[in-house]
Amino acid sequence: MPNILLRDQDVPNIGTYEVYVQHGGYEGLRKALSMSPKEVIAVVKDSNLRGRGGAGFSTGMKWSFVPDVDGPKYVVVNADESEPGTFKDRQILEKNTQQLIEGALICAYAIQASTIYVYVRGEFWDIGFQLEREIEKARAAGWIGQNIGGSNWSCEMYVHWGAGAYICGEESAMLNSIEGKLGQPRVRPPFPAVSGLYGRPTVINNVETLANVPPIIVNGAAWYKSIGTEKSPGPKIFCMSGHIAKPGNYELPLGKTFRELIELAGGVRGGKKLKAILPSGASGPLLPGTDKVLDTPLTYEDVAALGSTLGSASVIILDEDTDMVWATLKMIKFFRHESCGKCTPCREGTYWLEQRLKAIYERRATRADVELIESVAKQMQGKSLCALGDFATSPVLSALKYWRDEFYAYVEPVKTTVRAPARKAVPVAMAGD
Amino acid sequence: MLKDKYAEQITKIFAKYPDKRSAIMPLLYLAQEHYGYVSPEGINEVAELCEIDPTQVKSIAGFYTMYRETPKGKYWLQVCTDLPCALVGADKFYHDLLDYLGIQDGDTTPDGLFTVEHVMCLAACDRAPMLQCNFRYVENLDMEKMKALIEQWRAEAAAEAQASSD
Repeated sequence: MPNILLRDQDVPNIGTYEVYVQHGGYEGLRKALSMSPKEVIAVVKDSNLRGRGGAGFSTGMKWSFVPDVDGPKYVVVNADESEPGTFKDRQILEKNTQQLIEGALICAYAIQASTIYVYVRGEFWDIGFQLEREIEKARAAGWIGQNIGGSNWSCEMYVHWGAGAYICGEESAMLNSIEGKLGQPRVRPPFPAVSGLYGRPTVINNVETLANVPPIIVNGAAWYKSIGTEKSPGPKIFCMSGHIAKPGNYELPLGKTFRELIELAGGVRGGKKLKAILPSGASGPLLPGTDKVLDTPLTYEDVAALGSTLGSASVIILDEDTDMVWATLKMIKFFRHESCGKCTPCREGTYWLEQRLKAIYERRATRADVELIESVAKQMQGKSLCALGDFATSPVLSALKYWRDEFYAYVEPVKTTVRAPARKAVPVAMAGD
Repeated sequence: MLKDKYAEQITKIFAKYPDKRSAIMPLLYLAQEHYGYVSPEGINEVAELCEIDPTQVKSIAGFYTMYRETPKGKYWLQVCTDLPCALVGADKFYHDLLDYLGIQDGDTTPDGLFTVEHVMCLAACDRAPMLQCNFRYVENLDMEKMKALIEQWRAEAAAEAQASSD
């Protein structure tokens, strides 16, 4: 089956306007403009497209929450891809640029938005300029600006560069960042659909989500639902990294198993045995590499039933030699650095988790510290304004759930019967230590 | 002055947003380009352009990692050492690079050419080890490639110094 999202793998230079229009580009927007905005929303709702940024919320439903009011409305494209293990949006931005622009324009038409901002992470510096050039081509062709496609709808599209902050991928923090404020989350309600950017109705969608929209409009909701499973329809990009033979992006219909995905990416690197999987980067709980997990279909509901999350489908593979205490500390260092500092449980919790985990890793701790990090993580849950405060607890709690003995082995090396993973006498220090 | 050097760009930036405050981030990038870092003068100029207190601008500059609050080396190398990169040797690569240049974590070489820092995920996990050099990605690295790059950059800098003294 040809790729629907990673079309650059089938058609060279599909990301440029010239090639894109030769391969059916802008048929989706043309068709959308012949429909009423409400009809466009109905098709997307019926397709059951679910947000690809991680939350998996119905995209059509999100659009339908925008009130029919006069005055400016906004679409914000979340291109602040920063989750460790995620690099799918980057490939769309770089190589299937026009499909993203068209998807964002269809969304903007559906909610009758006046401006689209693409929030590109600052590190995607050149990609942002390339996106601007493609936006200009779409503008020259009449798809952006005044009276688009001869309709009475007008819309602008701009790129806004972030500057290095994971938290700005959180939608309300992203809005603050565009407004020139600190990138910290907002209290909700009000939700962005009602009061978002500059206090106006706003839809925030992930890059991959919007890239799904043009083919849905062209081919219809029934076509889309024929791909994937009933509750998780459509194609999905899986980012494969870590101990995998062929790292990279793979597009598959939702519903294939972890086993099929790992085989597609060449299996575990060096023929090693699989120890653990992070299905959605550092934010989703770790899963052990058991047959039960390997045979689980990659859908939102099936991965959730295992106690983890499909999230953005950034799959990090950990082989049999991986030290789980080390891996957990690595992830906690990330969350401690990226906590924006607004909510005390997250700010202080990530700090203390790092402190005590570091003590465990350096064999300066006791068994009580293992219990302590578990207690701290549990107390952080559900107590912050955004999901980062909860994400930060998942590496700790899931590692303790499946590999608790490895933590004990660090604090009681003599008594344990569990063999700590093979380590060099002087392990490689973590950067910054 | 930013407003003279970048007049056209500044007008374009303000046209993008309904509120002047939104221009703080893009203007800080201009200040950084002009002064080499977000200097106190740069902060004040951005504040004046956005009609806002300099303290507010400084808080934004401090919140994000891509604004340098101190001058850095000519080549600002930021190595990703997050979990996916670390699983394929990014920590070792980072320390080898520091050793090769004879500096510590976050330091600049005495000749002012290289600053080396470790950073969080750069969304290039499938091409690790990797780094960002002055906002450009360099991927699929090892120390052999790195040494060749360093030589190339040294030569580049020497040629530029030569050209400017001629």
